[in-house]
Amino acid sequence: MSLYEAIQAERAKYPPESRSAVMPALRLAQEEHGWLSPDVLREVADALEVTPAYVRSIASFYDQFNLAPVGAHMIEVCTNVSCAVVGAQQVLEAFEHECGCRAGETSDDGEFTVRTIECLGGCGWGTVVSIDHHYRTRVQPDEVPQIVEELRGDA
Amino acid sequence: MATPEIVFANATTSYAEYGGYTALERARAMTPAEATEELMASELRGRGGAFFPTGRKWSFVPSKEQLPKPHYLVVNADESEPGSFKDNEILSRVPHRFIEGCLITAHAVDCAHVFVYIRGEYSGPYEILVNALEEVPKDVLGGVTIVVHRGAGAYICGEETALLESLEGKRGQPRSKPPFPAVSGLYAAPTVVNNVETIATVPPIIAMGGAEYAKLGVPNTRGTRVVSISGNVVNGGNYEIEAGMSMHDIIYGLGGGIPDGRELKAVVPGGSSTVILTKDEVDVGYDFDSLGALHTAMGSAGIVVLDDRCCIVQLGIRFSEFYEHESCGKCTPCREGTRWLTAILRKLEDGRATQADLDLLLDVCDRINGKCLCPLGDSDAIIVASYVAKFRDEFQAHIDEGSCPFGGASSLDHVLAPVAMHTHAPAVPA
Repeated sequence: MSLYEAIQAERAKYPPESRSAVMPALRLAQEEHGWLSPDVLREVADALEVTPAYVRSIASFYDQFNLAPVGAHMIEVCTNVSCAVVGAQQVLEAFEHECGCRAGETSDDGEFTVRTIECLGGCGWGTVVSIDHHYRTRVQPDEVPQIVEELRGDA
Repeated sequence: MATPEIVFANATTSYAEYGGYTALERARAMTPAEATEELMASELRGRGGAFFPTGRKWSFVPSKEQLPKPHYLVVNADESEPGSFKDNEILSRVPHRFIEGCLITAHAVDCAHVFVYIRGEYSGPYEILVNALEEVPKDVLGGVTIVVHRGAGAYICGEETALLESLEGKRGQPRSKPPFPAVSGLYAAPTVVNNVETIATVPPIIAMGGAEYAKLGVPNTRGTRVVSISGNVVNGGNYEIEAGMSMHDIIYGLGGGIPDGRELKAVVPGGSSTVILTKDEVDVGYDFDSLGALHTAMGSAGIVVLDDRCCIVQLGIRFSEFYEHESCGKCTPCREGTRWLTAILRKLEDGRATQADLDLLLDVCDRINGKCLCPLGDSDAIIVASYVAKFRDEFQAHIDEGSCPFGGASSLDHVLAPVAMHTHAPAVPA
C-alpha cells in the first residue's frame, strides 16, 4: 500500500469532514521516511487535502514527530524523578559514551540518536529506556554496551 | 490485578482465557439508565485523577431526542503523569476487561463510536490492545466501533479538552469550559471521557452489582484502587488495594520498604502534581478524605518514594522542568511561570539566590495558580509551594551556605531533563 492509500485508510476511520487523521498520517509518513522533511509534510498535506502549514503546525506540537533527520536507532532515556533516583543519569551517560554522541544529538555514523525523554510510564521498573519505540525496563549502566552492540548488529 | 507486580510482557489475557463478556451481557439486558444507576450505586469516581463520580458523568449526556447528534465515548489512555504507570499494565495484562468496559459504557451512554486515545510512546500496550480487539467477535461488538488513536508525545493531551482537540487533528491545547464535553465534546457532540482504569472497573461493578462494590473501601472512596509504586522502594510496581489502606503499609508492606538501608525522606502521594508528604505524614489512609485532610490527593495514584539522598530543591527543579517542557503555551501564566519557577529554583540550587528569590519563587506560584484554563501550571505552582512549606530549612540552607547542602551527593544530581538538552555540550568530535 502506498503512503497515499494508507493515509486514506486512516481517514476512513473518522468522520469525513474532520482532520482527525493528521496524526496517524504523520506517523505513517515518519515510519516510511524516518523524519518529516518539508517534502514529506507536503505529501501528507496533499493526501489529507489540507495545507502544508497546517500539517507543520501539528507536527511541531508533538515531541515524537521529527522535523530533522534522526539516527537509524532511537534511544530515549527517561530522566523523570522515579527513574532519576534509581540512576537514570548514569544510564544516559553510558549510552552517550557507547553511541559517541551527547543527549539530543545523532552519532556521526548516523546509527544512533540519543535523547532524554519525559516520564515514559514505567516508573516502578526504572530506569526505563525506549529503544526504537519499545521499552526496556530496569536498565543498568553495565548493560548498555551490550544493548548498543546488539543494535549495531541489527543495522 | 490483585497479585503483586507481574512484569507486563508475556502476561496478556486472551479472549478465550478471559471467559466471555458476561458482564456485558448482563449490562445489555438492562436499559442504559439502569446500567448508569448501577454505576451511581457503586460510588465509583474517576481514576484519571479528577475523581469525578463516573455514574453522574454518564448521566449528564443528553438523550438523542434532546440533542440529535451521535454520542461518543473517548477513553483517556494518555497516561503521562510522572509516577503513574497503572494504565500501561491494565491495557497490557487485561485488555479484554478493558474492551468489555468500553462496550458496557457505550451501552450506558447510548453510543456506537468509541475512541481510545493512547499515548504515542505506549507501542507495547497499543499492539496488545489492537490484537485483542481483533479477537472480539462481531456480534459481541454489537455494531460499536472502537478506534485506537495514538498520541505523539504531549503530556497536556491527558487533559480531557486538550485530548479532544488532539483527537480532532489539532494542536493539543485545552478548551475553555463550559461547554463541558458531556454536551459539546468530540466534534461538538455529546462525549463521555473516562480513564482506562475507570473503564476497566466497570465490568466487575456490573458483575457484582453497584451496591455490593460500594461495600469495599471507605466513605467517599469506594472499591479498590490500582496504585503505582516507584522511586526508592524495593518492590516497585502496580498493586490493587482496597481504598483506605494505610500508605505506610503500601510503602513498607507491598513496596518492601526503602532499599540499601536508607531512610525515608518524603513521598509524592498521587503523581507529580500532588502536594508532597514528609516521612512523618505517611501513616495515613490512602483515600480521598484522609489525604484531603493533609491538603493532598490520590491523583492518579502514582506513589513516588524518596529517600534521604533527595535534595528537595533539585526535586522542584526536575518537576518544574517537566511542567515547563509540557506547557502547551496557550495561557501566559503557565507558559511564562513554569519557566520562571525552574530558573529561580536553579538559582537556589547553584547557591546564587538571595532571600528575595525565595519570596519571588512563592510570588510566581501565586501568579500561576488558578489563572489558567487547565491545571498544568497550577500543578507546578502547588507542588513547589508545598516543597517550600514543608522543607523551608533546606531551601534556607541553600541560601545561607551559598551552595547545595548535599554537596553533589543528591540522588537527583545533574540529571538532564529534555527541556535542558539544547544547552548541553556540543557533539563529540569524530
